[in-house]
Amino acid sequence: MFKWIHRFGSAPFVYRLAGALSPWVGMACLILLCAGIYIGLVVAPSDYEQGESYRIIYVHVPAAILSMFVYVVMAIASAIFLIWRLKLADVVAQASAPIGASFTFLALVTGSLWGKPMWGTWWIWDGRLTSELLLLFLYFGYMALRAAIEQPQSAARAAAVLAVVGVINIPIIHYSVEWWSTLHQPATISKMGESSMHPSMKRPLFMMIFGFQLLYAYVLLIRMRTGILQREARTSWVAQLPEVARD
Amino acid sequence: MTELANFFHMGGYAWYVWPSMAITFVVLLANVWFSKRQFKSVLRETATRSKALAQKHAQRRSNKTTEQSS
Repeated sequence: MFKWIHRFGSAPFVYRLAGALSPWVGMACLILLCAGIYIGLVVAPSDYEQGESYRIIYVHVPAAILSMFVYVVMAIASAIFLIWRLKLADVVAQASAPIGASFTFLALVTGSLWGKPMWGTWWIWDGRLTSELLLLFLYFGYMALRAAIEQPQSAARAAAVLAVVGVINIPIIHYSVEWWSTLHQPATISKMGESSMHPSMKRPLFMMIFGFQLLYAYVLLIRMRTGILQREARTSWVAQLPEVARD
Repeated sequence: MTELANFFHMGGYAWYVWPSMAITFVVLLANVWFSKRQFKSVLRETATRSKALAQKHAQRRSNKTTEQSS
């Protein structure tokens, strides 16, 4: 059992595992996203209140959920790195940051495009939108901090501390629509209990959320391999890799 | 209106729905494309560096053997 756990701390093992998994994850992701967006745009009925504009939900909600999900992964990985000095946890955190930033950007832009026809404005400084914007700056701050400190060890540690402290923002984003008055609608779906969405609309939404999650996993696997290569460039196992030793 | 035109019209919300879809497509694709490109370039760098290192070691070894033989 401990041997099994130990292998996941081993860079060569994780590098090879990520390489073996990524094509399958990528394929599953592509199928799910194509099916989800087709059902969401074509098959699902239109909303009785919002008409066809509600279909933005199929990209906005997955992007917004993933923007927070990726941050939580990044913060947990950073905490593991700080506590147990596990280098691979730092690889995961570093690889996650740009993906999370892109999802946050997407959530803000698609939210804006949905807000204009529904609320009559592109932007308001309410709790939800402001805290989501803060999330984008947290991602940028994390990446800027890593880039600014020359010594990689101290850069990793400083960025990890920022990631862990910034996780306070996640519950603020989540509960912002309940705490403060806002134009933003409350959550439509919930993992537990009843949700206010008809199954014919909910099914493609879950497909899109899962598809986004697989996309995160796919890009994370590729970025982790890059990170491992960069950190282990001088080791003998890297020199002996067929893709490195090849002429 | 034909069914297809109706679909693209999105009940009058075309200018909000389609840009949302387009930007999502672009951002997701860019994620995959840039990460793949970075991986390939790092792989190439690593290969050239490890080859240069191997050559250096080989040279040092051959220098040592010539020193010993002389």
